[in-house]
Amino acid sequence: MSPDGPGASPDRADPPPPPIRPVARAVLGMASAISRLSRRTGFGSGSVIGGQFAVLVHRRLLSQLTAGRNVALVSGTNGKTTTNHYLARALGTRGPVATNADGANMDAGMVVALGAAPDATNATLECDELWLPEVLRQVGEAVVVLLNLSRDQLDRTQEVRAIASLWRDALATCPTRAVVANADDPLVVWAAGGALEGPGARSITWVGTGSWWTLDATGCPACGGRIRFGPPQGWSCPSCGFARPSCDLWLDGDTLCTASDETIALPLALPGRANQANAAMATAAAARFGIGTQSAVTALAGVDDIAGRYRTETVDGQQVRLLLAKNPAGWQEALEMVDSSDAPAVVSINARIADGRDPSWLWDVPFERLAGRFVVASGERRHDLAVRLGYAGVDHACASSLSEAVAVVQRHSGRHRDTVIDVIGNYTAVQDHIGEVDR
Amino acid sequence: MSGATRDTAVRIVLLYPELLGTYGDGGNAIILAQRLRWRGIDAEVISVGADDAVPTSGDVYVLGGGEDGPQVEACRQLAAQGVLTRAVAGGSVVFAVCAGMQLIGTEFPGPDGAPVAGLGLVDCATVRTGEKRAVGELLTTTDTGFDIGELTGFENHAGRTRLGPDARPLGVVEAGVGNGSVGVNADGIRTEGVVAGDGAKVVGTYLHGPALARNPRLADLLLGWVVGELPPLGVEHRQVDEEAGLLRDERLAAVRAGNLDGVLHRTWKDRLLGRN
Ligand SMILES: [Zn+2]
Repeated sequence: MSPDGPGASPDRADPPPPPIRPVARAVLGMASAISRLSRRTGFGSGSVIGGQFAVLVHRRLLSQLTAGRNVALVSGTNGKTTTNHYLARALGTRGPVATNADGANMDAGMVVALGAAPDATNATLECDELWLPEVLRQVGEAVVVLLNLSRDQLDRTQEVRAIASLWRDALATCPTRAVVANADDPLVVWAAGGALEGPGARSITWVGTGSWWTLDATGCPACGGRIRFGPPQGWSCPSCGFARPSCDLWLDGDTLCTASDETIALPLALPGRANQANAAMATAAAARFGIGTQSAVTALAGVDDIAGRYRTETVDGQQVRLLLAKNPAGWQEALEMVDSSDAPAVVSINARIADGRDPSWLWDVPFERLAGRFVVASGERRHDLAVRLGYAGVDHACASSLSEAVAVVQRHSGRHRDTVIDVIGNYTAVQDHIGEVDR
Repeated sequence: MSGATRDTAVRIVLLYPELLGTYGDGGNAIILAQRLRWRGIDAEVISVGADDAVPTSGDVYVLGGGEDGPQVEACRQLAAQGVLTRAVAGGSVVFAVCAGMQLIGTEFPGPDGAPVAGLGLVDCATVRTGEKRAVGELLTTTDTGFDIGELTGFENHAGRTRLGPDARPLGVVEAGVGNGSVGVNADGIRTEGVVAGDGAKVVGTYLHGPALARNPRLADLLLGWVVGELPPLGVEHRQVDEEAGLLRDERLAAVRAGNLDGVLHRTWKDRLLGRN
């Protein structure tokens, strides 16, 4: 794969970014004062509030803070925080990096991250799916990394397709430096294709991630026909010929392969196929910054904690590992990650606005995979989970908090004190558990 | 026919999950099958993909919800095969939720809003009224002669459904929208869902997705139509109904406290997409 654009030379240091302009600096100063005040008064974690103030009073702040830097924007339904961490680690081999590692993925979080790293020439920003078009318009030439699109919140209909259209239109109208896209998600491929349509068509790096979630993509985004998924690793629409593009980089088991015949082992500290896909996407994006495949892989392989998730913690003497799964595709990935164990597990869901208010999707998740293990259902919607687990034939009990869940596990089988209990939860449920652990 | 004397498994046919399965609707087939197995009655779930032949010998046909385009496609394929119509005439049970319910009626709105002919398995017609999409908790009481208590679930639909003289409602709306303004009957009662009035074993509801998870007595009503009187669940399988009871208590309490969710809480995501 040939790197392109500024910063492409692997052996020369990147030129420093231009200094932040006085007005922007003043706004950022006020923003961080607001954040400090908000933290001190206990009103939330703070950083986003300051950022919200900053983007409100200075409309061109994001545009100014990214000017003169090499920026990557990472978006998709699942894996954007992890991929962004991976890419930041790879870019770190070239010097300081600005990144919204905390997952604050709207413009407010981005300006805070950029303002905190004024000397970083390279920036990688996780971007909410729906904000991507607006951020693209403000940032201008960026490397756009498109991971996947799947159903996230069931009380919003047609959202997945609407987002794909927004992406496609934005890529057709905004200048981008390059697009790095998942070739195994038809919706992403269709959206990325916008980059080839607009004025000044841009090149696309296609990555074969081996996605296996196809439930949301059976309708062809190009013609409405039905996409056929079939071996070997392909998909196509018989009605219009829309099909998987050939890849520049792909996963073959635990190995990363490139079109230039490199094969590189992927010894990741994070578990699961989904994280291998995230690593492949980050590696392909890093190449657009002039970072070689092996250097990128070496740098990112050691990442083992994503904003508290995957972290192993001790709760009342019990080791637990927190895994996030926001939607059916994410749950399928998470259940695969924990498949090798027969230890008890905790599953936890809420149905707040950020999660979607309708947990019907539980019935699209193959909880049958947990059969044979003792499982504790937790979170505000634990009764929905309990019923689901019951019909899946999974031995289970309920608990209202993480520490109560741990107590239930220990009452059930004390011998598991020495093993790590996997805790899988959706968005706000995991946030609650991280809060419980940190308290 | 009694469960104990059946010599073949009860066949539960899940129709077109990739067209009609956007809300976990496949759960209804799992629930029906498990509640039979837990009583010692063999059951198999047959999942029918789009373009596949629909089995003629199903005991229960289950249809789920879906978007407008796939709904029309599912209806077209079912109409072309004619299997479902013959199966209903032969005494098979149909349980259809949301888009599935709309397409077994006489007509429903297509993607452009123009009416599309339904399968006509039951006497109801779905129309667009210009009212906003119904999204949120739905709670009904049943006064339809079935002793199955309140029905609780989540609804998410744009259409409103008018019942014809040959149909009766499944429930009476206590909270939520259900069949909506056009579904208010001559007595001023707000109706929900549809039950065939001509003795056919056809039930439709706007309780979408895994409606039977919260309503095990509705599941047992449908199964009773297939196998006759159902023995009670064994002790080792009662946990699931106890937990369904806790789930029902929680949802009923939330709804009766005025918490109907959904459209009341709009996020910036909705605003960006211009959702109402
Ligand atoms: Zn097509």
